[in-house]
Amino acid sequence: MTVRLPNWIRGLIWTAPWWLGFLIFLAVPMGMSFYISLCDYPLLQPPVYIGMDNYREMTVDPIFHKVLSNTLIYAACAIPLGTVLAVLLAVLLNQPVRGQALFRTCIFVPTIVPIVATAVIWLWMLNPQFGLINQGLGRVGIEGPTWLASPNWAMTSLVLVSLWAVGSPVVIYLAGLQDIPEALYEAARLDGAGVFRQFRHVTLPGLSPVILFNVVIGIIATWQVFAVPYVMMKGSPGPDRSTYFYTMYLFDNAFRYLNMGYASAMAWVQMLIILALTGLVFLVGRRAVYYRGL
Amino acid sequence: MSRPSRQTGRALATYLLLCVAGGMFVLPLFWMVCVSLKPSAEVLAYPPKFLPQEPQADSYADVFRSESFDFLLYARNTLVIGVLSLVGMVLSSSIAAYGFARVPFRGRGVMFAVCLATMMIPFPVTMVPTYMIFKYLGWIGTFQPLWVPAWFGSAFNIFLLRQFFMGIPKELEESAMIDGCSRWGCFWRIILPLSKPALAVVSLFHLLTVWNDFLGPLIYLSHQNQFTLALGLQFLQSKAGDTPWNQLMAATTLTIVPVLVLFFLAQRTFIRGITTTGIKG
Repeated sequence: MTVRLPNWIRGLIWTAPWWLGFLIFLAVPMGMSFYISLCDYPLLQPPVYIGMDNYREMTVDPIFHKVLSNTLIYAACAIPLGTVLAVLLAVLLNQPVRGQALFRTCIFVPTIVPIVATAVIWLWMLNPQFGLINQGLGRVGIEGPTWLASPNWAMTSLVLVSLWAVGSPVVIYLAGLQDIPEALYEAARLDGAGVFRQFRHVTLPGLSPVILFNVVIGIIATWQVFAVPYVMMKGSPGPDRSTYFYTMYLFDNAFRYLNMGYASAMAWVQMLIILALTGLVFLVGRRAVYYRGL
Repeated sequence: MSRPSRQTGRALATYLLLCVAGGMFVLPLFWMVCVSLKPSAEVLAYPPKFLPQEPQADSYADVFRSESFDFLLYARNTLVIGVLSLVGMVLSSSIAAYGFARVPFRGRGVMFAVCLATMMIPFPVTMVPTYMIFKYLGWIGTFQPLWVPAWFGSAFNIFLLRQFFMGIPKELEESAMIDGCSRWGCFWRIILPLSKPALAVVSLFHLLTVWNDFLGPLIYLSHQNQFTLALGLQFLQSKAGDTPWNQLMAATTLTIVPVLVLFFLAQRTFIRGITTTGIKG
């Protein structure tokens, strides 16, 4: 004889792994984090409530301003460049040529390389004297910059490294391309559209929902950039703090200076920025994105 | 230009572009292997040569002998964390996903929406308190912080599996239940066996995430004999100056090879995983 439990209890039991994890590792820590952000908390002593002081501190902290602008610049370069490159590569990889699978694999393989390994490889690629990049530039008579050692080029180097891992959005765009009906291309050709106008008026609108999705993912990811600059700069802020990113400074505040209150306040501001930017992208997206069948 | 020759021209241009692009993306990896095979004198020879003139595997032997990068130990640590968390991740995510897909209850929609929304929350918001919780439990400097949370599933995998479960015809479970099968029986004996492709995707991505994870081990592991490969590699690099580049590249190659092997063994699963997860999102 089995006891028939009410539906809501059965539901709660089945979904227990999720909501327990949600409470323990998200809801409770977020509550704590918010309270800590209102405190002076050097980890070894108990937290002391100081109101909005940590948030006020951010408005006058020059390093905070620096990491904020670095992260903004990085996002403003890496996301558009990555999107353009990924869409172009996807269109290219969608061409029915012999060896298509091999080419796709080539583009995709860098994305599964562990991020620390990526950083080490590129450190050597960008070595001013022995690196492959400057050797190549030297062949064509250009004297390459010192890349990561130069405050002017360190950021460019990191954007370059981010482009190497463009493969996973490429795969998503490839799938998106296959969803665009061939009939639309035929109709465009009948109307006399060339390759570029087909791209502009059929491919781009067809891909626009996927582009929106990838841009949102990109925003969330770029605001949390940590491992590549951390490994490449051996945990330092880089020349003139030119590669000091938001999450690195947050990490340093938490685990190097043991300034937990300030780190938590930074984390909340970071989350609000990400939410605001995502909201903005969706707002713009609603006008620019074409949803088939809506 | 006549039609066929114009088409050939375009095909040729496409081919050329593909070769250049493909080559540029693989070049760093190829070069990494080249450097790892060079004898020390050749690495810093000027002008540098691309290919090793006298390839040799000494740097690999050096890495295996070296005390600053114990590859086998780090690989074992990474695998231990990977497997312990994988079992919990797959089990818990699929149980919760089944609840969201098939067990009707009040508030399920809202709960699932909250589950999806949590994916947007950046890790740093919970970083400090989570550290404090683990410190309170005395788990700092152990593997637990790196695998125990996986036993509560992850929002992303729950979402993915729920979508997959929803695509399995309900009639299978209905007829099984008429024959006296319980909910758990339906899940364990019907849904899970039918979901092998989705479970494979989840497992694969999870193992990759563990292999890739750097911030977690950096925060929670303190002794060198507990390091994962990612953390060990970073440690080796951070004291470079002492470490020759060919050894560093050998260590990097060793770190990458397991994931590459995994990738080529499961390439189909991979691509299917990315496209389904990406598009449905």
